[in-house]
Amino acid sequence: MATETLIWLIPLPPLLAFFLIILFTNKNKALSHWVGVGAAALSWLGSMIVFIRALKVEHLGQHPFHSAINWLPTADTWLKIGVLIDPVGAATLFFVAWTIFMIFIYSVGYQNYGQPEGDHDIKGLPPHGATVIDPNGHKHKVPSIEPMYSRFFAFLGLFACGMYTLVVSDNLLTMFIGWEIMGLCSYLLIGFWYGKESARNAAIKAFMTTRIGDVFMLLGIAFLYTATGTLSFRTIFSEEVLRALATTPAFFGFSAAGAIGLLLFIGTVGKSAQWPLHVWLPDAMEGPTPVSAMIHAATMVSAGVYAVIRMFPLITADFSGQGLTPTMSIIAFIGAFTALFAATIAVAQNDIKRVLAYSTISQLGYMIAALGIGAYVAGAFHLVTHAFFKALLFLGSGSVIHGMEHGVLHTGDHNTDPQDMFNMGGLRRKMPITFWTFLIGGFALSGFPILTAGFWSKDEILADAFGHGHLVVFIVLALAALLTAFYTMRQISLTFLGEPRTKAAEHAQETTWTMTVPLIILAVFAISYGWVGIPENFPIIGGLIPNWFHEFVGSTLAEIPEGVGFNIVPLVTSLCVALGGLFLGWLVYHNVKTDASDPLKKPLGPIHTLLKKKYYFDEIYDFLFVKPAYWIAETLVSKWMDNGVIDGILHGIAWVGSHLGTLLRNYIDAPVVNGFGDLVGEGTKKIGASMRPIQSGRIQYYMLTSLVVLIVVGGLLYYLLVLA
Amino acid sequence: MVPLSWYLTLSAALFNIGLFGVLARRNAVAILLGIELMLNAVNINLVAFWRYGDPTVITGQVFAIIVFAVAAAEVAVGLALIISVYRNRSTVIANDIDMLKW
Repeated sequence: MATETLIWLIPLPPLLAFFLIILFTNKNKALSHWVGVGAAALSWLGSMIVFIRALKVEHLGQHPFHSAINWLPTADTWLKIGVLIDPVGAATLFFVAWTIFMIFIYSVGYQNYGQPEGDHDIKGLPPHGATVIDPNGHKHKVPSIEPMYSRFFAFLGLFACGMYTLVVSDNLLTMFIGWEIMGLCSYLLIGFWYGKESARNAAIKAFMTTRIGDVFMLLGIAFLYTATGTLSFRTIFSEEVLRALATTPAFFGFSAAGAIGLLLFIGTVGKSAQWPLHVWLPDAMEGPTPVSAMIHAATMVSAGVYAVIRMFPLITADFSGQGLTPTMSIIAFIGAFTALFAATIAVAQNDIKRVLAYSTISQLGYMIAALGIGAYVAGAFHLVTHAFFKALLFLGSGSVIHGMEHGVLHTGDHNTDPQDMFNMGGLRRKMPITFWTFLIGGFALSGFPILTAGFWSKDEILADAFGHGHLVVFIVLALAALLTAFYTMRQISLTFLGEPRTKAAEHAQETTWTMTVPLIILAVFAISYGWVGIPENFPIIGGLIPNWFHEFVGSTLAEIPEGVGFNIVPLVTSLCVALGGLFLGWLVYHNVKTDASDPLKKPLGPIHTLLKKKYYFDEIYDFLFVKPAYWIAETLVSKWMDNGVIDGILHGIAWVGSHLGTLLRNYIDAPVVNGFGDLVGEGTKKIGASMRPIQSGRIQYYMLTSLVVLIVVGGLLYYLLVLA
Repeated sequence: MVPLSWYLTLSAALFNIGLFGVLARRNAVAILLGIELMLNAVNINLVAFWRYGDPTVITGQVFAIIVFAVAAAEVAVGLALIISVYRNRSTVIANDIDMLKW
């Protein structure tokens, strides 16, 4: 099959799976997950074939796989849509396909396939467990299958379709469509257990917050279309168009390119949960864990960064290499700030998934900051490695929660929150596979030197920031890296090291193979993917493996960006913060006792509370936006404008109409119109009654009358006509 | 020659006698007779005006003949009606035949 055709087909299987499941197979859980996983496997296969073929093409950057068709007629031209796989697209497709496929497989285990139906599970709530009786007559409480199992796979399928559409698009419009499909799916999946109020609220919050970004993104797209008349990447990124956009002034000192870039970037701020629109992502943990992995690692948040990477030539169109443009400064600032800001919050969170959520925000900030300072390849590299290890960490945390839930069901102690890390401890012995894979993921996230993928990508960003003289960004990112290592080790220590702190943790159990196999595969990538991007000038091991990633992804741009020269400062910094953070985390948290509070609580005091409350951003937004919005909706619009003004006017009109009607009725209709009608009727009747006796039936009277009338009329006529 | 006014006077007298008979007699057959008298009064008129006008134009005679024919037909229908009424209601008194009213 031609590669272009194959690319067209990649997003289709998950979409078909979605329709198949919701329309036909939803009653059959096994069939539904076979359809879902099968579709994911097909897309994965297609993606791999495309990826391998893309590797074989020389100068893929100049000659990408591209095919487009006419779609919407616009006056005398066509709006084209099509598919495009250039090096960045291929690299993205690679990690997207792998993570999505793994998440599908993992979901089978996570939603308890093969377990009995729950005793009293209700749709819309997480399964509560089922009671089984073993041959010896003992009763056991075991996890029960998710009541809306098929629905879950249907939504995952639609989600995957959205992501694939976004990756293979050759234009902003279809990319935006994929983007919005994911927005819808994140809403559906975060609110998957819609019976929980917190899940409902989180779903609405996620939808609304990302919507703010999306509106700006749509504005950017509209602006771009007005300015250039096309939305196709390859046309926009041609030299003439970029130069024209870079030299056209827009507003506030931005060039058109900068303004469009900024508007599109605001879309990314929403989707990739950057400050100040980061608030939805931690709450999105209400969804089932595979969803968290799907949204926070493999697809949606990556889509935001991917959009910036895609639009990189546009954003940097007026970038001369000396001093950042306003748009790039804003991007770098938001990225760096978010990286540090989210990392500090993650230090004080106790929910295992929430730590990862803030860590994701922080790491995305890293990528955004890298792109903001023009480190294109480094940003893309971190996007890929992060997708692997963050998917791994989320799935690992899901595995931990699952193991803990097993313990909770076993002990029957339902007061133990299976997601609170302070209820865990010592799980390394109970869940060895989860432990080792989580350790790999955690070390990759921390940037453990040499071995892990995270080290290479993070190091490259730091080296870029240092090498190009963006010292502030460098210091902020280094601090964030230190905190990252610290909270990662805190998480690992609290979860897996030490002794079990609760009965539930003592009875935790390793999860099934459908969950552990994806973990192992992702762990392999979390280590090995870093090796494809080792800088050639790195001491000792540099150059042993060619820096494939830089060459490959860099070739997407018109001119391959030069790698920064080797400098010992960022490397030492990187080593120090990673190892130092890990050591500190181990030191503080390796031996936390049962019912102990966070050891950092005392020394940090109010700062710890501030971090635990996430800088009160939810409260501030609640006060600044949500409350006023409610006030506007309830008091201003509903009570005053709708009920008062609009209803008042309407009621007034109705009152006038009603009274005018009564008036007309009483003074015109009843006396005049009716009176006249009645008069005609009654008069005719009366005349008839009074004339009746004349018709006696006696013929001679009639004749006599006729004679008299004849004489009278004749006489009259004679008098009038002849005599007068 | 007898002047025209004599004929006209005779005709008027005959017409009034007939009219009186129609209006005043109670017997339906007598009313029919009265009608015949009135028709013949008309005939006298017609024939007299023909004779005293232009005798070469025979319109007056033709009219008279048509009136005869009409009178004959009318008598036939009228008598038939009277017979029919008499058979049903055993009366030929015009005032008693008054079912055709409101």
